[in-house]
Parts: sequence; structure tokens; C-alpha cells
Amino acid sequence: MKAMILTLLAVLATPAAHAVEYRTVLPKQSTIHFEFRQMGVPVKGGFKRFSTDMAFDPARPEAAHAKIEIDLASIDAGSSEADDESAGKLWFDRGAYPKAIFVARQVRALGNNRYEMRGTLTLKGRSREMVVPVTYTPGKNAASFDGGFVLKRLDFGIGEGMWADVATVANEVRVTFRIAASGN
Amino acid sequence: MNAVTRYSTPAVVLHWLVALLIFAAFPLGVYMHELPLSPDKLKLYSYHKWIGITVLVLAALRLGWRMTHTPPALPAGMAAWQRHASAIVHGLLYLLMIAIPLSGWLMSSAKGFQTVWFGVLPLPDLVGKDRDLGEWLAGVHKALNFTLLALVILHVGAALQHHFIERQPFLQRMGWGRKGRT
Repeated sequence: MKAMILTLLAVLATPAAHAVEYRTVLPKQSTIHFEFRQMGVPVKGGFKRFSTDMAFDPARPEAAHAKIEIDLASIDAGSSEADDESAGKLWFDRGAYPKAIFVARQVRALGNNRYEMRGTLTLKGRSREMVVPVTYTPGKNAASFDGGFVLKRLDFGIGEGMWADVATVANEVRVTFRIAASGN
Repeated sequence: MNAVTRYSTPAVVLHWLVALLIFAAFPLGVYMHELPLSPDKLKLYSYHKWIGITVLVLAALRLGWRMTHTPPALPAGMAAWQRHASAIVHGLLYLLMIAIPLSGWLMSSAKGFQTVWFGVLPLPDLVGKDRDLGEWLAGVHKALNFTLLALVILHVGAALQHHFIERQPFLQRMGWGRKGRT
């Protein structure tokens, strides 16, 4: 009896007993968008299909991990002409590199539900380290993770040759995402 | 009698400035839209839009000026139908100088590309991104432009006809000479 009570107390006292670990991503509520400037004009786009494999426990952020794989064929680059163009060798070279992959290696709590995620973005066979601020918003049934970062397309050879001129298509691309996940 | 036979200097300057811009934007528009996607195509599209918005601004100025200033009287011997035709064609030219850039601006918005004048001044998107609307506005823009082309041919033809065939001093109306001099 005494042992049972002690066990019960121990379970109740452990924060993990109440914390939720978010592992199941809800694709319909998750989005990846980007925005870049073309001749000074902001152009919005996004990716419709991507898969996310993640685990995040707010009580143990340092143990979190995430891997996002984006199907580049699901791009909306602002116009159908640009969608087609983006598949070519000068852009994503989608035949050889059909996916963009982000792997988070380290998550650090900044306080106030804000986190810093460090990881590697691989695009067109080139990998770059990224530091991505993420805001965690707990909800009733699911939590959302919102973040964004700016990448330089030329770091990844996106838009080579005649497209390398950043006066026409800016080098900076702002990527924003929302990943929704439930704890079940 | 000291009859005025020339438009006021601001009217003349605006007329030729707008004419010049239209003569640049029209062939540019015809040429650029068949090009395969390239940075040059993006540049030409932007230049075309910048010229178009400039025409819109200048046309609005012209319209304001025209409504507050009396143009020189048409030559006395001109037939009534010619006077009517002249009024109608001029009215339509003003309408198209406004409607064409406006249709281009709306088309650009509907196709999802905001117009940023000279790459600096963003114009509001008056319609949201809408593929069908964009296609429709492209057709409207084209139809208005070919109407403009026909009217400009008529306009230039009539001016030359009055001057050279009817041998009435006419071209000085939009010329650079001093007011009242023929």
C-alpha cells in the first residue's frame, strides 16, 4: 500500500505526466509559404505537399526533433508559367532533386513559448545551416508551430545562369510555415 | 481678330508626351507577351506597366486641363459631320487613355502581380488574384488597345487630311509655335 502511494506520488510529481508530446502532424492545417521580390514586386508562393516527422515536448524542448520533406512539384510560384519554369535545371532541377529537406538538429527554448531551431536545409544537393525562430501556440486539441526565415536562393543554386541577376529576381526568399500537430 | 489657333503649351506638351509613351508601350506589349519566361521578359513587363501607369497619370492631368481650358476653334469651313466625328474620336481617345492603363493594372492584380511603379511605388491591388478574371481582363486590354490603334490611325489621318488635302492650316494646333501664329 505504501509503495503504491509512493508510486502514485512519483507519477504525479513528474512533469512529463501532464505534458503532451506533439508527434502527429495535421497536414490540412499546416502550410509552407514563401515570398520573394521580382522587379521590386512582392510575389507570393507556397508548397501544397510536404511531410513532417516531428516530436516536441514543451517540457523537454532540447529532445525535440523534426524533419520536413517538401515535394517541389507541389509548388505555387505565383503563376503557372513560373511553376513550370521552376522545375528546370536553372531552378530546382526537379528531375534530379525532387525534394527540399529540412532537418532540425537542435531546439533551444527562448522563453515565452518561443524557440530557436537549428538545422540543415538541403535543396538541389546543397546543404546550409539555418537558424529558425519558432513560436509554439498550444491549443485545445493541437498545437501550432509558426516560424519563418530568409534564405538566399543563390546559396542553393536556385536560379542560375541568366536568372542569377538578383536585380530581376531578388536573392532573398522569405519562407514562413505553420506546422499543426496533435499529441495523440 | 486675334483667333487662337493653337492648343495651350501644357496641352501640347502632354499630347506629345502621351503619344510618345503610347507609341513605346503598344509595340512593347505586343512583343513581350509571346516571349518565353526570362529576366528580360520580366523587365519588359515592368517597363510596360511603368509606362502605362505614367500614361494614366498624364491622361488624368490632360483630362483635367482639357475640361478647364477651351481648345482652339476648328477651322470655319469644316463640315458639321467632321466636327461631330472629331468630338467623338477625341472623347474616345481620352476614354481609352484612361481605360487601357486601368485594365492593365487590374489585369496585373488579377494575375497575382502587384504593379509597383518604377519598382518603387506600390499601387493597391483593386482586385484579388483570380485566374479567370485575369484572362478576361487580358482580352479586354487587347481589344481596347486595337480599338485605340484604329482610332489613332483615324486621328492622325484626319489631321493630315485637313492640313495637306484640304490645305487648311491644321497641324500647328498641336505644334510648338507661338499662340495665335499660323
